[in-house]
Amino acid sequence: MTIQDRDTTMQEKSKSFREAVPEGFVNVPAAEAVEYITRLRDIEGYTHLVFLTAIDYIEDSLFRLTYMLHNYFKGLDLGVQVDIARESAGMESIHHLWPHAATYQRELKEMFGIDFPGSPGVDDSFILEGWMEIPPMRREFDTKAYSEQTYFPRPGRSSHDTTEYMKEKLYPSEAETW
Amino acid sequence: MDGIHGSETEKQLEMVSDQLRLANAGLSDGDKAYFCDVRPHRVEPYKGIMETFANWARSQSLWILGFGTGCGAIELRPLMTSRFDMYRYGIQARPTPRQSCVFIIGGYASVKTLKRIVRSYEQMQGPKFVLALGSCTINGGMYWDSYNTINRIDHYIPVDVYIAGCMPRPEALLGGFLRLKQMIREGKCEGMNRYVDDFDWYKANQKQIIHDWNMPDYNW
Repeated sequence: MTIQDRDTTMQEKSKSFREAVPEGFVNVPAAEAVEYITRLRDIEGYTHLVFLTAIDYIEDSLFRLTYMLHNYFKGLDLGVQVDIARESAGMESIHHLWPHAATYQRELKEMFGIDFPGSPGVDDSFILEGWMEIPPMRREFDTKAYSEQTYFPRPGRSSHDTTEYMKEKLYPSEAETW
Repeated sequence: MDGIHGSETEKQLEMVSDQLRLANAGLSDGDKAYFCDVRPHRVEPYKGIMETFANWARSQSLWILGFGTGCGAIELRPLMTSRFDMYRYGIQARPTPRQSCVFIIGGYASVKTLKRIVRSYEQMQGPKFVLALGSCTINGGMYWDSYNTINRIDHYIPVDVYIAGCMPRPEALLGGFLRLKQMIREGKCEGMNRYVDDFDWYKANQKQIIHDWNMPDYNW
């Protein structure tokens, strides 16, 4: 069997798997998410929680949680996306399915302020110690302004428009042709 | 612990407290008795040739605290290998602050790490020197606008030599060490005494950003 043959066989195999089991991302209502994930873990074979993360869609005033699951038997990944309201954000905990989910949930509590009631140690500080502002990964938090008023910026830092600066300094003779 | 010792310890503390003592306000009343509250004091150099000889000896035996505080610590590993071989300069790594005299700040320092940096630096025995490695220690580098990394390490502990770069290569690091040795021989590395002189300023800066201060004000 040549390498090409083997690749073709693999592709056909994975294609048939894909038809059988969803791969990619699925968006699930928050109320049904844990039930759906439990089903994926126990019946469909997605036994590994790769990560749990959040994205801040401040324009739509929602957080999008992504539970990335992996199926070792079929080599497939599946991202379960769950949209939750940004105001007093909270979500059902999944630490009973994967104990290490508690760490992700603790991090999300600290960085985004998303609460997971019942998750072990969810209120303990994770990276930040003694943090007194709003959670720093929320997009309304101005990290530059915070840094400037807190961390004694050294004067003299300036920034340039990259294209203009390169024209001026690096390629002055070629700049006209740009 | 508070319940058992609280009032008694408080009385004892009141008896000895004066302007020269540290408040140790971050500790609970019961724990205060276990920590020293004496301020650090200056160590004056010897006179004449004794100091010259001592400085020469100090410069020949630099022991690094093996505490990688940031990504720049990755550049310390090649120093040990045969290609760069820091041992030929009398430099070697030590596992604890008590045994070391050179602290290398390896790049960016988050607030959480800074607390450990301060604690380790104060525990080191004098004479002690600080090498600040990488752009992040100078002005924050690429993390200058981050919510969790400091911009200038010299506002929190005294720095003797800066090594610029992101990352500086091991050659640059060795260059920094040679510069440090030269400065020690010339008697210019008085960072420890500067820390004592400006102790209140350093403490104020540290406490401005380390909000959960639960250690003594000076870690003897």
